Amino acid sequence: MTNNGWWPWSTLQQLIAAAPVESAGEQPRAQIYWLLGVVIGLLAIAYAVSVWLKRYPEGTLNPALVERFVNRIRVWWIMCAILVAGFMLGPVATVILFGAVSFWSLREFITTTPTRRGDHRALFWVFFGFTPLQYILVGLSLSWDLYTLYSIVIPVFAFLYIPARIAVAGDPRRFLERAAKIQAGLFICVYALSFAPALLNLPLRPRAEDAAWAGDSHLARSGLLFYLVLLTQLADVFQNAWSRLVGRRVIAPEISATRTWEGFLGGVTSTTLIGALLWWATPFGFWEAACMSMIVAVTAFAGNMVMSAIKRDRNVADFGTLVQGHPGVLDRIDSICFAAPVFYHLTRHFFSALG
Amino acid sequence: MAQVMALTAPFLALIAKLLSGANVRWIDSQPDTCQRVYFANHTSHLDALVLWSCLPREVRSVTRAVAARDYWEGGAVRRHIARSFNVLLIDRENIKVHQSPVERMIREIGNRYSLIVFPEGGRTSGDEMGEFKSGLYYLAKKRPELELVPVYMENLNRVLPRGEVLPVPLLSCITFGPPMWLEAGEPKTDFLARARQAVRRLKDL
Repeated sequence: MTNNGWWPWSTLQQLIAAAPVESAGEQPRAQIYWLLGVVIGLLAIAYAVSVWLKRYPEGTLNPALVERFVNRIRVWWIMCAILVAGFMLGPVATVILFGAVSFWSLREFITTTPTRRGDHRALFWVFFGFTPLQYILVGLSLSWDLYTLYSIVIPVFAFLYIPARIAVAGDPRRFLERAAKIQAGLFICVYALSFAPALLNLPLRPRAEDAAWAGDSHLARSGLLFYLVLLTQLADVFQNAWSRLVGRRVIAPEISATRTWEGFLGGVTSTTLIGALLWWATPFGFWEAACMSMIVAVTAFAGNMVMSAIKRDRNVADFGTLVQGHPGVLDRIDSICFAAPVFYHLTRHFFSALG
Repeated sequence: MAQVMALTAPFLALIAKLLSGANVRWIDSQPDTCQRVYFANHTSHLDALVLWSCLPREVRSVTRAVAARDYWEGGAVRRHIARSFNVLLIDRENIKVHQSPVERMIREIGNRYSLIVFPEGGRTSGDEMGEFKSGLYYLAKKRPELELVPVYMENLNRVLPRGEVLPVPLLSCITFGPPMWLEAGEPKTDFLARARQAVRRLKDL
């Protein structure tokens, strides 16, 4: 950890020095497998509960609630499968799988966005040009550091291309609105999400106090990605649970009737606590892990609120329901979309050799 | 040729389904290999291909889409695609007295094939359906035992609008409704209005 003169950071470092340090015997390999094992165990229990709930006599439970629970569990299994596939098949597989998720969520986003004929050509290149390009650059960065390209190809090149192409198509009606909506979709679904697999490109610094931590390995980086996804999902669950248990003051009733200040505070606190307790699976120390988890919880909450606002504006409950029966991928990854770029850049700056 | 067709037909169906992200719903209706006429709203050149792809494989093999010869014979790729999914090509320009499209359809389907037709004639811009042409009525009159299945296709005009070649892979929804028949003595305009309404109501279900 370098002292970069930013005073809260040096204070933090003193705190870290006081934090509990585990004996440096365990291999990072085993640590990550432990985390994975615990999560899969919990998921298995949750799955068993969901099977049991479905058999419960009708009328005693709210069937909509049960269905949502069952759905959640299924989504978590899929997320878990994607991340484990990344562990086993290597980083390229992870990048490709995240690319597919981006592509699908962008589909949902644009399908629910009112577009006009004049947007067609711009949209074609958004889907088949910029989306694959972003992930190819992230993938190539596994070998060469192309950060200067993949961090700007969408905010500079795509964002200038989209309005230009729409202007050339010659339809001025609600011009800026149409361009901005496509840009927002590309930014959230593709650019922001691509920073999750981009974590696999970071040469992580070894933990100062832990000689056995081989931070600079694929497993360690996959573990970090797993940690991020796990935290975003936990933040979601805790926020929901606290809102239900003690929630009284609704934050923005027109955007979400269920999200409360109590839920927000409880969610952030619980996520921070769990994230800090899992510090041994990350390149962070105890207090660093606590800070990072808090940031993930807050950004995940922000992602939820933003996507809820978009959905309210379009009068849909879920992105999955507008086009009948499609699974709403975007509904499930909104928190990751917001947390990933922030988490990536903090990790890159403070915990990697590139920072 | 048969070999090539066997290879490309499932492949074509897969591509069409992936590209249109089609979600298929059967409402008060079941897929069946019995002789049917699927009639749908028409907003995109992809309509015939996507509707055909959304049918189960065994139904697909006995279902032929009716489409315009001038479009599907324009260029080698289109001609190949049309042949792969066994399109029944109809002349829009020079219709002869004993070669009317309806007579050809009836002759070609025999007692085996089902048809996919677009009674609006041409493609509409997407927001509101056009009036139905009378072909569906004459078809139903000559073969009253055929099941007429209304189909509503949503969002395909955004996937491939008029005049575009490159598709944008948005999600679409294909809804099959309950079969209907021509009532005894039902006037042509009433029947066509009823058929149009049958397609239209699927939009809101």
